[in-house]
Amino acid sequence: MELADKLAILADAAKYDAACTSSGARRSHREGMIGNTSSSLAGCCHSFSADGRCITLLKVLLSNDCCYDCKYCVNRRTNETRRATFEPRELAELTIGFYRRNYIEGLFLSSAVLGSPDRTTELMIRALRLLREEYRFNGYIHAKAIPGTSPELIEQLGLLADRLSVNIELPSEASLRSLAPNKTKRAILAPMRQIRDQVVENREALAKYRSAPHFAPAGQATQLIVGATGESDRHILHLTESLYERYRLRRVFYSAYVPVVENTMLPSLETKPPLLREHRLYQADWLLRFYGFRAEELLSEDAPDFDPRLDPKCCWALRHPEFFPVEVNRADYEALLRVPGVGVVSARRILTARRAGALHVDDLKKLGVVLKRAQYFLTCQGRLVSPLRLSAAGVMASLMAAERAALPAAQFEQLSLFDRVG
Amino acid sequence: MAWREIIYQYDGSFDGLLSCIYESYTQKERPTAIVDAGDAEPCIFDVRTVPTDRAHAQRVLRSLRKISGEVVPFLQRAFLTCLPDKELAIYRFVAKLYREGPQYLSRLSDEDYQPLLRAVRHMSGEVEHLRGFLRFSVFDGMLGAEIEPKNRVLPLLRGHFCDRCYNETFFIYDRTHREALLYAGGVSRIVPLDAFEMAQPDGEETEYRRLWRRFYDSVAIRERENSKLQMTHLPLRYRSTMTEFQPDEALSVDGETALPPKGKCDMLPEDHTERLRMG
Repeated sequence: MELADKLAILADAAKYDAACTSSGARRSHREGMIGNTSSSLAGCCHSFSADGRCITLLKVLLSNDCCYDCKYCVNRRTNETRRATFEPRELAELTIGFYRRNYIEGLFLSSAVLGSPDRTTELMIRALRLLREEYRFNGYIHAKAIPGTSPELIEQLGLLADRLSVNIELPSEASLRSLAPNKTKRAILAPMRQIRDQVVENREALAKYRSAPHFAPAGQATQLIVGATGESDRHILHLTESLYERYRLRRVFYSAYVPVVENTMLPSLETKPPLLREHRLYQADWLLRFYGFRAEELLSEDAPDFDPRLDPKCCWALRHPEFFPVEVNRADYEALLRVPGVGVVSARRILTARRAGALHVDDLKKLGVVLKRAQYFLTCQGRLVSPLRLSAAGVMASLMAAERAALPAAQFEQLSLFDRVG
Repeated sequence: MAWREIIYQYDGSFDGLLSCIYESYTQKERPTAIVDAGDAEPCIFDVRTVPTDRAHAQRVLRSLRKISGEVVPFLQRAFLTCLPDKELAIYRFVAKLYREGPQYLSRLSDEDYQPLLRAVRHMSGEVEHLRGFLRFSVFDGMLGAEIEPKNRVLPLLRGHFCDRCYNETFFIYDRTHREALLYAGGVSRIVPLDAFEMAQPDGEETEYRRLWRRFYDSVAIRERENSKLQMTHLPLRYRSTMTEFQPDEALSVDGETALPPKGKCDMLPEDHTERLRMG
C-alpha cells in the first residue's frame, strides 16, 4: 500500500479523538537533536481543519487492525473497513519530515488493539524509540496508554512520551459493559492511577537528581464520548471534577458522538453529533479549571443538563441574583470572574487599571471588556452598566438574544421552536 | 514658554526615534509628526532631520528604565507594530509617562496608552499565529519560508524558531517589510532584502507537501464541518503561504522536477551575506 493511502486511513481512523494539544512540556533544543517543545503555555496550533478544530500534532493510529469489538467504534473487528499498519520507520520519517517543515508540533500516537494490549504497546514503544533515539526527535509526543497494558510497558511508554492519555470513552460502567465489552472501568483506571503516581515520583526524583529520566512531563489527559449513551451532563461534569482532583489530569476532552456504525444500542446514523452539548461541557470544564466553580454549583439533581439556550455561567448568574451586581471598582478577582462575559484576561485588566483611579463604563470598553453579557451584572461607581433596568426575565431574554447569534444555524431553528412553545 | 512645533525626520531605527525624543526635550520642541526618512514625502512645513545618536538614545533609555523595567521592552514591541504614525504615538506615550510617573502604566484605558496596547496585542496575536502557520520548504537540507505579516514580526519570531530549528540552517523572508531572518550554526541575523524568489520544490519536497495535504484533508470530520469557526481561528490572509491551501504541484518524473543543480540554489547564493547586505 502506498504511504499516502496508509496515512489517509490511519489519520481518518484517529480523527475522532478530540485531544490535540501540545501544551504542558517545556523543553529547549538539544545538541544534535531535532526540535523542542513549545515555549508557549498554550501550545501551538499549526492549522485548523475544515471542521474548525486545531491541528497541532500528527494524529494517527499505529494500526487500525483491531481485535476488539466496541460497538461505537469505526475500527471494531466486525466493521468492514480498509486496514493498515505503519512501519516504525515510515512513521518516524513522516513525523520528522512534517516537523521540520513546521506543519506540526509533534506526534500523537494511538492504536487499535493488535492482538493484545501488551503487544500493541510494545509496537508503539518500538516506533517511538526509533523516533527518539535514531531520528533524534526532541519534539512533543502524546501517546495513548491502552487499558489492560502491563505497568512495566506503561512506564517505558511514559519515558518516551511527553503526555500519556487513557481514554475513558464511555462515562459510566454500565455503558462500557453494553458497548465496549472488552473494556472495564478497572482496566481503565489502573493505568491512570499508575501514571498519576509515577508523575509524582518522577517529580521527586528530578528534584534530587537533575539527570533522572522524565516520565510524561506534560502529565495525562483523557477523553469521554458524549451522546452515545444516556448519562446526564451532571454525571459527566462530576466525573470530570473527580478526574481533575483525584487523578490529577491536565485535561478532560469531550467528543460529540458521530454515528459511524449502525447498532440498535446506539443513536441512529442520521443523528447529528451533539455539538452544542459538547460546547457547553467545555465551557463548564473551563469554569472548573480557571474560574473557581464547583460542579455542584453548575448543575443540580433537578436540572441535570445544561440549558442549550444559555452558557453555564449565565445560568449560574441568573440563579444567584443575590451575588449581583458586582462593583467593578471594588470586587475582588474571584467575584469578577463570576460575572458572565468577564474572563481571566478582562478581570486582570480591571484589577490593573483601577489602581490608577476609578473606572467608568467607557474605560471598560477601552480595556476590551465585552459588555454584551456583563452589562446586566456590573456596576461602575454604584451605577448599573446597562442603560436599561430589566427584570430577571428581561435579562434572560437579552442574554438569550446575545447567545443566539453565536450558535450554529441548526441550533437556531431548534431554539425558535422552543421559544414558541415556551 | 510654549514649545515650538516641528516635524522630525529620522532614520527609521529605534535608536533614531529615541534620539528624536531626546532632541525634543533638549530643544524644547514638540514634534507634530515624526517621519521615517525612507518614506518621507515633500512637505511645506519645517522638517528637521534628527541624526541617530547612540549616546542620546541611551540617555532616554536610562530615564525610562528608572520609571519601570517594563517600559523599554513594551516600546520596542510597539515600535514593530503596524500602528499608523506609531512614532508620534510612542512619543506622546513617553511624554505622558515622564509627566505622570510610573502610575501612568496602570491607566490602561488612557487615550495615549490604549492604542499602543491594542497594537501590541494585535502583533502578539500575529506572532502567535505565525509560529504555527509558517511553512518551511526543504531545499538541499536547508529550510526556507515566506511570510506576509502586517507587523514587523521577525525579531519576535527569532527566539522561537532559533530554538526550534537549533541544529538546522534556515531563513524566513518577510514579503511585507522586505527583510529576512537568516540562521546558521547558532547565529541569526535580520537583513534587508529587496527582491526574493523561492526556488522550485524538488521531488522529496513535493512528496511531503502532498502527504501533508492528504493528512490535512483526512483529519476533518465531515459531520462537523464549520468554515466559520475555521475562519475565526485561521484567517484567510495567512492561507496564501500555507501548504495545505495550495493545489498539488505537478507530478515529478523520477525526481526530475525543476530541482536546481547542486550548489546553485538560487534562493540563497553561496555568498549570500554579501549580497544581502547590499540589498
